[in-house]
Amino acid sequence: MHRRDFLKTATAGSLAAAGGLTAPRLARAADSPASSKVLRFVPQANLANLDPIWTTQYVVRNGALLIWDTLYGVNDKLEPQPQMVEGHEGSPDFKTWTFKLRDGLKFHDGAPVLSRDVIASINRWMVRDAPMGLPIKKRIDALEAVDDRTFRFRLNQPYPKMLFALGKSSTPCLFIMPERVAQADPFKQISEYIGSGPMRFKRDEWVPGSAAAFEKFAGYVPRPEPASWLSGGKRMYFDRIEWHILPDAGTASAALQNGEVDWWETPLPDLAPLLKRTPGLMVDIADPLGNIGSFRINHLYPPFSDVRARRAVQIALSQADYMGAVVGEDPALWKTLPGFFTPDTPLYTENGGDPLEGKRDYDAAKRLLAEAGYKNEPIILLVATDVAITKAQGDVTADLLKRIGMNVQYTALDWGTVGQRRAKKDPPAQGGWHIFHTWHAGADCVNPAPYTALDASGDTAWFGWPKSDMVQEQIAAWFAASDLAGEKAAVEKLNKAAMDDVVYIPTGFFKGYQAWRKNLTGIVKAPFPVFWDVKKA
Amino acid sequence: MFAYAIRRVLATIPVMLVVALFVFSLLYIAPGDPAAIIAGDQATPADVERIRESLGLDRPYLVRFGDWLWHILHGDLGTSIFTNLPVTHMIAQRIEPTLSLMLLTIVFSIVVAIPLGVLAAWKHGTWIDRAVMVISVLGFSVPVFVFGYLLAYVFALTLDWLPVQGFTPISDGVWPFLQGLILPTVALGLIYVALLARITRATMLDVLSQDYVRTAKAKGVGQRAVLFVHALKNAAVPIITVIGNGVALLIGGAVVTESVFAIPGLGRLTVDAILRRDYPIIQGVVLLFSVTYVLVNLVVDLLYTVFDPRIRY
Repeated sequence: MHRRDFLKTATAGSLAAAGGLTAPRLARAADSPASSKVLRFVPQANLANLDPIWTTQYVVRNGALLIWDTLYGVNDKLEPQPQMVEGHEGSPDFKTWTFKLRDGLKFHDGAPVLSRDVIASINRWMVRDAPMGLPIKKRIDALEAVDDRTFRFRLNQPYPKMLFALGKSSTPCLFIMPERVAQADPFKQISEYIGSGPMRFKRDEWVPGSAAAFEKFAGYVPRPEPASWLSGGKRMYFDRIEWHILPDAGTASAALQNGEVDWWETPLPDLAPLLKRTPGLMVDIADPLGNIGSFRINHLYPPFSDVRARRAVQIALSQADYMGAVVGEDPALWKTLPGFFTPDTPLYTENGGDPLEGKRDYDAAKRLLAEAGYKNEPIILLVATDVAITKAQGDVTADLLKRIGMNVQYTALDWGTVGQRRAKKDPPAQGGWHIFHTWHAGADCVNPAPYTALDASGDTAWFGWPKSDMVQEQIAAWFAASDLAGEKAAVEKLNKAAMDDVVYIPTGFFKGYQAWRKNLTGIVKAPFPVFWDVKKA
Repeated sequence: MFAYAIRRVLATIPVMLVVALFVFSLLYIAPGDPAAIIAGDQATPADVERIRESLGLDRPYLVRFGDWLWHILHGDLGTSIFTNLPVTHMIAQRIEPTLSLMLLTIVFSIVVAIPLGVLAAWKHGTWIDRAVMVISVLGFSVPVFVFGYLLAYVFALTLDWLPVQGFTPISDGVWPFLQGLILPTVALGLIYVALLARITRATMLDVLSQDYVRTAKAKGVGQRAVLFVHALKNAAVPIITVIGNGVALLIGGAVVTESVFAIPGLGRLTVDAILRRDYPIIQGVVLLFSVTYVLVNLVVDLLYTVFDPRIRY
């Protein structure tokens, strides 16, 4: 008998004898017979709200995937599959799209899911989804309900990527909400979490920063097909899923080892060896699409307004150094990436990636900087020191810039401040910046649609405001392509153009682990936690 | 004394106004933007601006401060930017764990530190005295999170006596409640024990050298009565002062302890809010902590009269 069990029993006896006190709850959840129906999950971050349109944080999207269903869902081959719809009819010119909803779809309040709910949800989503929603909105002549289960887009320009847009997994996803909820201002939070998905949110148990709970929605009808990522039958084998917010990695690790939680979404690479050694635990890659590290440059001001200065950094940058700092020496977790797109996906290409390969050339970099007119002006490097990945990249960059003779000004900030300052277009010496680091989820880099970091439209582009007509032409060519061959041709040229103009510099491709207790089965590798088909012995 | 207490309570009003002005101004000038965090990495600058407008963050300083103050005067601490929940509701959700942790830590520290301090003073210069001082130095030197991890490793992971993390409300049972708080209390209490033990020892050494103590001993009063009735009561005023001042130390320590042991208290709420720039929560919690600190000091001042009848208000 464990000392702890003895204490529990002894205390139970003494307290019961004393009387008058609340009966102590002696068994932990792990010991409870009902616990096989309860999943205790540690998410990547705090679930501070649950409006997946208002905010684009991944943790909110992941929670929303339990609560709301989508019209289409991508499978593990990144193909959009029908989810809430029975099917669709698309006109050959890609201008008219008609969809029919599945029979028996219900919201968590028991109301049927109707075309008007879908239309309201699409209207709210389109406003906030710049990469795919807004282009549809700009093309719309009409979005109309044909009947309660059928709705139709009538566009004034072709949009071949409609199914991918409706089923995209990058944020914000198109979640289907009741009309009264979806009519909210897209820039304000919704006040009701009435879902259409397999789990119901327990708002009364929600303690932001600490815990969230979801219970099985009996009215959900899964599709008959096997589940694959966000597509197919979302069959839930748990009556309840608890999210335990454990921001401290040491605590999460100990809680998993001690059986207080079942599944940890994002263990630190440093802790992986310990977790792998612990009996009863499984550790494996979480997201096969991984992440791409980003060296983001401000194109508006010297020296980086001159492409030669950007190329100087590009030919000196060692991705191995960056990846070593970000994820350590574990070869399963990283590789070099002479391209912008996610490795092992259909559009991946290394065309034009030569500057990131081979021996790093500091002397050539110094010459390019001199040609660009760089004269030892301070280079403002914004480093979010509270985020391990950005801190690691920032440290490597500071060293790299010194090696090529740049006068680097390491500006240590927290991520919240970097988020504000990177939006400033002021000159670097007046509160602006030259460089900051971030990373892009591989799921957002599988094609140009969700890939805002590759947009080179200048003033309206992502932070750094790169401008490259060649890049923009190839992005447009990809959108217009109606088959994979056409898409590949466009992306080959796009990759080279983005490398030539140095839109940004990828610092490498890296993955992360997930860890769970061995009594769980059915956990898959995906860019988001997939709860359906997971079982607990 | 009652009139004094009323005067002191009324005096907290201008203090709180200054605190409110200070906190609001500090957050106003601090860098960071909740709208950028809400919008996320993929958002356009125009989206960020629209969110900022919808949150009212684009309004002038005086308008925002006046609006906030007006609501506070009506008992409304505002609504969290991120959760859309009232700040009072979020504080109410979090107050039990923090209050429990702090009260247990104070009780634990007093029960452990005062006897240790008295013992060290009584056995001044012996190995017992040195051992207490070593414990005290350790208490000051070892960071709370290091001690917390060590405790979790030994008592949770190795011995499996206690849970690693979490909090169970007392309404769910006394033992589960205590089970979750034992390790955090000991971790947080270490520095407090060190502080109290040192001040008790120093004060007791001073008191034990006084003439009335020598007289008591000469009259044949027993050692225990000399120490705990004559000496400790006269040493109480500085000890109580340190207990009161130490509440600020506990508030700071609670932030770390709650993170290490995943206790859903006000400390973690504050850290999360600071990282996200959730201004209404930060302002609300700082005001609450300030009121607590002012009231604890008031109680300490009133307790002086209990231990030292010469003090009159």
